[in-house]
Amino acid sequence: MLAREVLQELIQVLGAENVLTEQEDLLTYAYDATAAMKHHKPDVVVSPLSTEQVAEVVKIAVRHNIPIYPRGSGTNLSGGTIPTKGGIVLSMLNLNKILEIDQDNLTATVQPGVIIQALNDEVLKLGLLYPPDPGTVTTATMGGSLSECSGGLRGLKYGVTKHYIMGLQIVLANGEVIRWGGKTVKNVTGYDLVALFTGAEGTLGIVTEIIVKLIPSPEARKSILAVFDDVDKAGKAIASIIRNKIIPATLEIMDNVTIQTVEHFVHAGLPLDAEAVLLIEVDGYKEVVEREAVLVEQILKDEQAVEVKIAKDDKERDLLWLARRSALPALAQKRPTTVLEDATVPRSKIPDMLKAIRRIADKHNLNIATFGHAGDGNLHPTILTDERDQDEMKRVHLAVDEIFQTAISLGGTLSGEHGIGIAKMKYLDWEFGEAGVAALRRIKEALDPNYLLNPGKIVRRD
Amino acid sequence: MSVYNSLDSITEELHKCMKCGNCMAVCPIYKETRQEVGVARGKISLVEYLLSGEIEMTERLADRFSLCTTCMACNTNCPCGVQFDKIILAARAEAVRKKGLHPVKKIAFTALKMQRMFDFGMKTGSLFQGVALKHVPHKSDRIARMRFDIGIGTDKVFPMLASKTLRSEFPEVVKVKNPKMRVAFFTGCMINYFYTDIGKAVVEVLKENDIEVVIPKGQGCCGIPASVNGDVASASALAKRNLRAFEKLGADALVVACSSGGTAWKHVFGELLENDPEFKALADKWAGKSYDISEFLIHKVPFKKQGLGRVDRKVTYHDPCHLNRGQGINKEPREILKSIPGVTVIEMKEPGRCCGMAGSFSLVHPDLSVQISDRKTADIELTHTDTVATGCPACRLQLKSGAENAGIEEEVLHTIQILAESYRAGKKNEIRSL
Ligand SMILES: Cc1cc2nc3c(=O)[nH]c(=O)nc-3n(C[C@H](O)[C@H](O)[C@H](O)COP(=O)(O)OP(=O)(O)OC[C@H]3O[C@@H](n4cnc5c(N)ncnc54)[C@H](O)[C@@H]3O)c2cc1C
Ligand code: SF4
Ligand code: SF4
Repeated sequence: MLAREVLQELIQVLGAENVLTEQEDLLTYAYDATAAMKHHKPDVVVSPLSTEQVAEVVKIAVRHNIPIYPRGSGTNLSGGTIPTKGGIVLSMLNLNKILEIDQDNLTATVQPGVIIQALNDEVLKLGLLYPPDPGTVTTATMGGSLSECSGGLRGLKYGVTKHYIMGLQIVLANGEVIRWGGKTVKNVTGYDLVALFTGAEGTLGIVTEIIVKLIPSPEARKSILAVFDDVDKAGKAIASIIRNKIIPATLEIMDNVTIQTVEHFVHAGLPLDAEAVLLIEVDGYKEVVEREAVLVEQILKDEQAVEVKIAKDDKERDLLWLARRSALPALAQKRPTTVLEDATVPRSKIPDMLKAIRRIADKHNLNIATFGHAGDGNLHPTILTDERDQDEMKRVHLAVDEIFQTAISLGGTLSGEHGIGIAKMKYLDWEFGEAGVAALRRIKEALDPNYLLNPGKIVRRD
Repeated sequence: MSVYNSLDSITEELHKCMKCGNCMAVCPIYKETRQEVGVARGKISLVEYLLSGEIEMTERLADRFSLCTTCMACNTNCPCGVQFDKIILAARAEAVRKKGLHPVKKIAFTALKMQRMFDFGMKTGSLFQGVALKHVPHKSDRIARMRFDIGIGTDKVFPMLASKTLRSEFPEVVKVKNPKMRVAFFTGCMINYFYTDIGKAVVEVLKENDIEVVIPKGQGCCGIPASVNGDVASASALAKRNLRAFEKLGADALVVACSSGGTAWKHVFGELLENDPEFKALADKWAGKSYDISEFLIHKVPFKKQGLGRVDRKVTYHDPCHLNRGQGINKEPREILKSIPGVTVIEMKEPGRCCGMAGSFSLVHPDLSVQISDRKTADIELTHTDTVATGCPACRLQLKSGAENAGIEEEVLHTIQILAESYRAGKKNEIRSL
């Protein structure tokens, strides 16, 4: 419980309507989208309307030594917004303005509460694009996706969030406000704090303004579906496309379990007996797209795809992508609890990873479907389970451990795009070793010595 | 076990929710408040805490459950197939069992009382209206504004009570020469007391299509305002009353022109009366032959196309939530409109987004209701049409209120009124060409 005077100070700064204190409201900020996580009720939820107010809130927190949990839309998958120690949830959703779209410098300046799709709706009117597109584009905030360094379907060609963040305004853990980076493509002044804060999950500072890079929206695109009777062949095809110097915007894979589930859900005409399908989209200038589509088709055939289909029109294209987008929803309907991981390996290791996941599933007698961004090596092994079944949950945890071990042993990483949060904190030394974890801690302590900002995430306090 | 009788009925529904937050993208309330409690995910978690015993049913909790227009947009956008309408209805019924009805709703909308109040209003007529409502002069719609705030804001524009109820203007059986069919018309309260013009258009169009219309005098409120707010006892009583009244006169089919009436006859009566074998059977029988008027005219008895006269209108169509998502009816009204000579249909952005009326929701949360409505009005304005058509009198009221507050010239009509207008125009031409 917070002292009465703290609440009064918060209300003084923000106005009573932006300070929630009743438990019926607080409890709705006790969780995020992460499956099978314990919830924690915050003591208060505040919604600042300006950077100054954010800074004031931080100063109050510092004075009273109260933790702050920044929160966007609460759609992250690593427990990143759960207020494990009570304290203040700082909802960024009222800072939701697009401040500027600069067509000459190809940048947009936004507040962190802007929803990704809202930005894209605006820039698309000008023929521009903000490429990062996590599955949650219509719900996630710019601040949240920046803090998770979200990826998405277009990662292979266009990169991920960090490739589009040019400048930030940040409220530091002591309440001071700094600006870093800007609209220039080149900038080597000082350490690259923009990069550091991108993907920091709210543990180092609170982002209150973001300058992002925009690109011209591609003129044309074409989608291709390839069916394989063997995971290895699909893997070779992926490598072969890239080796032939074609970089598709999107190169997705679905395994047999996913295919079966999705097909029953959307009836997109996916073959039920396929071991893997690849979904590929090339985009760019019309002429280039035409040429690349033919090339990709040929490569897929050479790599022994049993079937290759180029979407003839928008309708066919939409159906293919509907199938891909339905992967998670369709899987989620099969069992009450869906544990979605994002272990990532170099793309050449995709077949190894897929086979390892299958072995792990069999070993622990679990239902695991795998789909994901094959082109960038980011897979989503998805465990379909039921939180209420304690015995099964034990096996789920063992399987998750083994999936991570495998990813790291294949030269990959724990998390491609969902972040560490609480969920993956205990695995960090597998990837970094003790010295690496200690380095993380020193960075945290340099910027937030009292662990006030999103404590209990990424870095454990000893 | 129906959602109206026990909170346990929805445990499986709750377990389906994976807290992905996709519902945030479409919830009209969340769009305005940006508070988690506004969106389905937030209310689902509250019900979960309630079931696990972490919190108890309090008035404050009941208040949170009132934050929903039951527009069902979240159902449609939910990847896990969560039927949130079931969850919120069950939660509200539980709230009423534990805490009683919300005070504002108790005054204005306890379903059984409502009818008496309106009937009283009809008798005292202009007297009541003169005291409470200020007439807003307007060419087509009889509307008024609250003179003083009785806790529901003065922003809302109300329709004036009709000088005579619809049901008093017609005999119980409206005969035609060679009837193709005998169809019962459930008028619902808004059409009976306020928008009698919609009711008259329904009768006119049915007659035009050689259909005998039965309008049982014993019918009453559909009970949705009660069931939606958890007042299960009143809703069940009304369901029985209506079933009795229609069973007495009998008909081949039943039509409604409001989305609550359709929802009630097709779904809710049966759910409310599931433990009463006799009435349950009756409810199921009528559910099987209940139609929204646009659905009836497209699928059951395709309406007559010859004799349609020219109606010069640029029309945009607003989908009532409980007609569109609730009953899957969205193509039918558009098909009717498009077949009328002279009518151009121009779609607004997100025609299916809730208008914010939601019955008593707008009484309990007037400010929020107006905010949601303003968004709708802005979308309508962008279409540069002269008419908004819709399929529900409650939406008509909200849309009119929005247009009036924004000062835009837009007539708001039920689809069926435009069809009736076309038949009328057709007749005029016929006479002229004689
Ligand atoms: C169905 C589903 C599909 C998904 N698909 C993808 C996908 O394809 N690719 C992908 O990368 N991710 C995906 N995600 C997860 C992704 O991480 C989130 O959707 C998104 O990035 C989080 O945005 P948010 O606004 O919800 O942030 P939140 O969850 O609210 O917050 C995320 C983190 O950022 C911090 N934070 C928020 N705002 C600020 C701020 N202003 N300053 C400092 N810190 C802040 C929080 O403390 C937290 O640590 C998916 C999630 C779901 C539920
Ligand atoms: S969209 Fe469905 S599953 Fe996702 S949080 Fe909302 S109700 Fe739950
Ligand atoms: S039914 Fe409509 S108002 Fe209610 S939670 Fe769902 S989207 Fe929001």
